[in-house]
Amino acid sequence: MKSIFAFLTVAVFLVSCNPAPTSSKSSKGALASNAAEKVYVAPGQYDEYYAFLSGGFSGQLAVYGLPSGRLFRVIPVFSQDPQEGYGYNEETKPMLNTSHGFIPWGDSHHPDISQTNGVIDGRWVFINENNTPRIARISLKTFETEEIIEIPNSAGNHSSSFVTENSEYVVAGTRFAIPIPQRDMPISDYKGNFKASLSFIKINPESGHMNIAFQLRMPGFDYDLSHPGRGKSHGWFFFSMYNTEEAHSLLEVNASQNDKDFIAAVNWKKIEEYIKQGKGHKEQTRYAHNLWNDDTHTATSTMEKEIWVVNPVDVPGAIYLLPTPKSPHGCDVDPTGEYIIGNGKLAASMTVHSFTKMKKAIADKAFDGDAYGIPILKFEAVNYGTLEQPGLGPLHTEFDTRGNAYTSFFISSEVVKWNIKDLKVIDRHPVYYSVGHLMIPGGNSRKPFDKYLVVLNKITKDRYLPTGPEVCQSAQLFDISGDKMQLLLDFPTIGEPHYAAGIPAKMIMDKSQKIYKLEDNKHPDAVKSEADTKVIRKGNEVHVYMSMIRSHFSPDNIEGVKVGDKVFFHITNLEQDYDVPHGFAMIGANTSEMLIMPGRTSTLIWEPKEVGVWPFYCTDFCSALHQEMQGYVRVSAKGANTPIKYTLDDEVPGEEEE
Amino acid sequence: MKLKLILVALVIAVSSCGGNNKKEVKKETPKKEVVKEVKSTNPMDDKGVGPVKSVTIGELDEALVAKGHKLFKANCTACHKIKKRYIGPALKGVTKRQSPEWIMNMILNPEVMIVKNETAKELLKEYNAPMANQHLNEEQARAIYEYFRTKN
Repeated sequence: MKSIFAFLTVAVFLVSCNPAPTSSKSSKGALASNAAEKVYVAPGQYDEYYAFLSGGFSGQLAVYGLPSGRLFRVIPVFSQDPQEGYGYNEETKPMLNTSHGFIPWGDSHHPDISQTNGVIDGRWVFINENNTPRIARISLKTFETEEIIEIPNSAGNHSSSFVTENSEYVVAGTRFAIPIPQRDMPISDYKGNFKASLSFIKINPESGHMNIAFQLRMPGFDYDLSHPGRGKSHGWFFFSMYNTEEAHSLLEVNASQNDKDFIAAVNWKKIEEYIKQGKGHKEQTRYAHNLWNDDTHTATSTMEKEIWVVNPVDVPGAIYLLPTPKSPHGCDVDPTGEYIIGNGKLAASMTVHSFTKMKKAIADKAFDGDAYGIPILKFEAVNYGTLEQPGLGPLHTEFDTRGNAYTSFFISSEVVKWNIKDLKVIDRHPVYYSVGHLMIPGGNSRKPFDKYLVVLNKITKDRYLPTGPEVCQSAQLFDISGDKMQLLLDFPTIGEPHYAAGIPAKMIMDKSQKIYKLEDNKHPDAVKSEADTKVIRKGNEVHVYMSMIRSHFSPDNIEGVKVGDKVFFHITNLEQDYDVPHGFAMIGANTSEMLIMPGRTSTLIWEPKEVGVWPFYCTDFCSALHQEMQGYVRVSAKGANTPIKYTLDDEVPGEEEE
Repeated sequence: MKLKLILVALVIAVSSCGGNNKKEVKKETPKKEVVKEVKSTNPMDDKGVGPVKSVTIGELDEALVAKGHKLFKANCTACHKIKKRYIGPALKGVTKRQSPEWIMNMILNPEVMIVKNETAKELLKEYNAPMANQHLNEEQARAIYEYFRTKN
């Protein structure tokens, strides 16, 4: 009888064909080890977490749901996006301005969410651009890029964009040392002459606006990654570095000579005090600071000209070097702030430094020489211990709330879970293939939400249907709630997902903006009703002030445009309903379409080259009469005297409104 | 006996497959007192479907008319004219054709009105374009109604 009962219980579970998310949560019994059930988010149900995955060489930021691995949106950040018109329309073009001029592309790397009291707070996500050094701030209310600041005196902006525990600073370190200021000199004179910059960018606690507070002028090593101290180590920032050999060529050999490189420990609170006393100096430089204004729906780009530079010798006692084997890549700080972990990518073991020991070593002056005047602390005096032989090629470490670390091993393609205090391996799991970063939501804060681990792989090979020589990159989702890690899901990603940041959905989903209020629209070229729509000629510029609503443009017949004119379409979406964007596409426009959210105004330039009658239309299926949402512009010959005329239903828009 | 119990449990488990859907349907059922009672042929008795159940109309309030006029210009004129059919019907005399509740519900709850209210369904057939929800509040809809009273 008992056995029948057991059998039937099993049968009951097998036939529960439609596992609702509620039941998947509540039925976490012995039989709930089914991976499919754990990642199944039923139609109409929401994911538990947002995950922001770097778009890598796409330059963008991808928004996924966990545990489903569904892609919700790609937020344009450092690259033009013809889908939305980002970087193509007049309002967003200034976002991509730099000291080198307009740059249509970027290489995004490490997203990090703002924090309050050491816990992620869901206000903004920051992400760095590696190639033309920049940091962007993205609003988690509108999911749009609100600010991009260029980092001067930097190259290969890699050890960025990590946020301190009260979002005091977002920090950007340089990977390539360069001549500062830039000048014409022999490359072989690198050693001692090239310098590196670590930039501390202050975040306004209300607006989020960024400005570079100071820049540390460091020796010409390669600064690879960084993380803030937290809790007891709050006020410090840790930077890993390689190429302490200061090689300028064939780095794969010449920068791998030293047994130990360093992690730099920077006491930014102490540097703040020094700066208050006037330490450091002002330097002339040039960098773009691009700011989006949500009231005018327009970005402005300002060229900043000055920066405050601090040399390590100006701030004695604020910077120390922690010897760390061997060319450390990731530099990760555990949730307590005590352990600083060096992932020596050429080493077979993991180095764990202790913040408490470091403070004592500083007090005891346990120095082992210096590098360009920066004291080097004795390895034994700062080292907590070593995790011997956990795998090959450690790159990055994330943390749970139970004292465990999760380290990615690139060469041996695996994730290893280990206990920091005991320095013992608990579990290991192969990944497919060659993992880079890992991500636990809040995994680099005082409070990780340690249910899932996302593995961000560099190589995909045979995991998906082949798509020619170029295949997608891939993420893998693990359940880390138990003692053993369980692989749940593979999902493809855009670009190269270097790093990611995650947050419980409930922390931000209810604050997500739905529309832009028309009454708050302060765009100088906005129209608030069809009665405001018009066409005005100013010399060879024709300005069309147009509106869109389901499902027509006003005006939709325009005449009097001539070959050689520059036509500005200033278009306002008059909708005030959620999820009713309209698109605008003009035949022959050498830009892109514009996707315009409810209540928003955008501007597209069109320079007609041929006479004729040219159509435009709405690109986003907006209603049953979407196909009818279209119009015409009549283009006359240069020098023709066709007068400006604009109508809707053969009347001037707004006429007979009463 | 025990076996029977188990079978019952099994049946429950199997039939609970659709349980989740049921829950979702429940979410959407604040339709409660829908149309049916509105069998009267007088359109002025048709209050429509939506948040507005009963409105008392008094003397014409000029301040409210002015407010309604402003709101009408900003939110409605892309689709409505007063004297002339446009995307939607001409609004001259609308307060003589429909009850204040019906008009306000049409403004506030158009998606449901065009599915559940007979008059709104007929209007959609005639005009093709479903009315856009401009997310006004009851007070604003009331002001627009007051403005319509001056357009008879």
